Amino acid sequence: MAKKSIRIRAQIKGDVTEVKALMSHEMETGLRTDKKTGDKIPPHFIKEVVCEHNGKQVLLANWSVAVSKNPYLSFKFKGANKGDSVKVSWTDNKGDSDSDEDTIK
Amino acid sequence: MKRRTFLQGTIASSMVGAAVSAGLLTPRMVLAAWPESAFSAKNVDDALNSLVGSVNHSPNDDIKIKAPDIAENGAVVPITVSTSLPKVESISVLVEKNPSPLAADFKLAANAEGFVSTRVKMGKTSDLIAVVKSGGNLFSAKKTVKVTIGGCGG
Repeated sequence: MAKKSIRIRAQIKGDVTEVKALMSHEMETGLRTDKKTGDKIPPHFIKEVVCEHNGKQVLLANWSVAVSKNPYLSFKFKGANKGDSVKVSWTDNKGDSDSDEDTIK
Repeated sequence: MKRRTFLQGTIASSMVGAAVSAGLLTPRMVLAAWPESAFSAKNVDDALNSLVGSVNHSPNDDIKIKAPDIAENGAVVPITVSTSLPKVESISVLVEKNPSPLAADFKLAANAEGFVSTRVKMGKTSDLIAVVKSGGNLFSAKKTVKVTIGGCGG
């Protein structure tokens, strides 16, 4: 898998932590055809994204092919402190996966 | 085509199974299986029926959709859904006129705020629908986005 496919930034303001994550993935719909061969390009997309705070799941995203290429995801949650870890992991329809962690600033 | 998708699904789930037995994944993550039929549904009602078991959602002003009025590029339409409703369990984003309307479904833990932001593809001008499950009930909001270049197909 590509090296470091996720970029995460977690920032706390007051008691709310905002997490922004950018994943690099082609998110192929399966609807497009290869212009040279005329063959359909098979779908290849992130199905599931799990976001955890100190190992506890905060958000689970189930995605379809309708999420844009190089997906962006942002969410907010309460009950965290500076220095806590936020982990984002994705799994795609081919079984590939990746995850990355960041500490809350 | 259908068969291929099915086979891929089977392989994926067996891999998840292997990961569980290897102790890599916690059972919690596996319970939330990817809602295949909801994502392949061809209209909003079928998708909702399959996803949350109901098509009855009432429009609610406490749900805000932030998205452009006109999207020049339908392949990248930023959308932010925020709500002040209590006990938000899930937020689903649907694009009414896409080949398969359900774009994304977010399951929120109790400490998550009613807020998600992402980017979706839109095939053509359509309503964006956000369905929020709050305290066991379904509420929704809509916003029309005009698309000048479609984001589906090639």
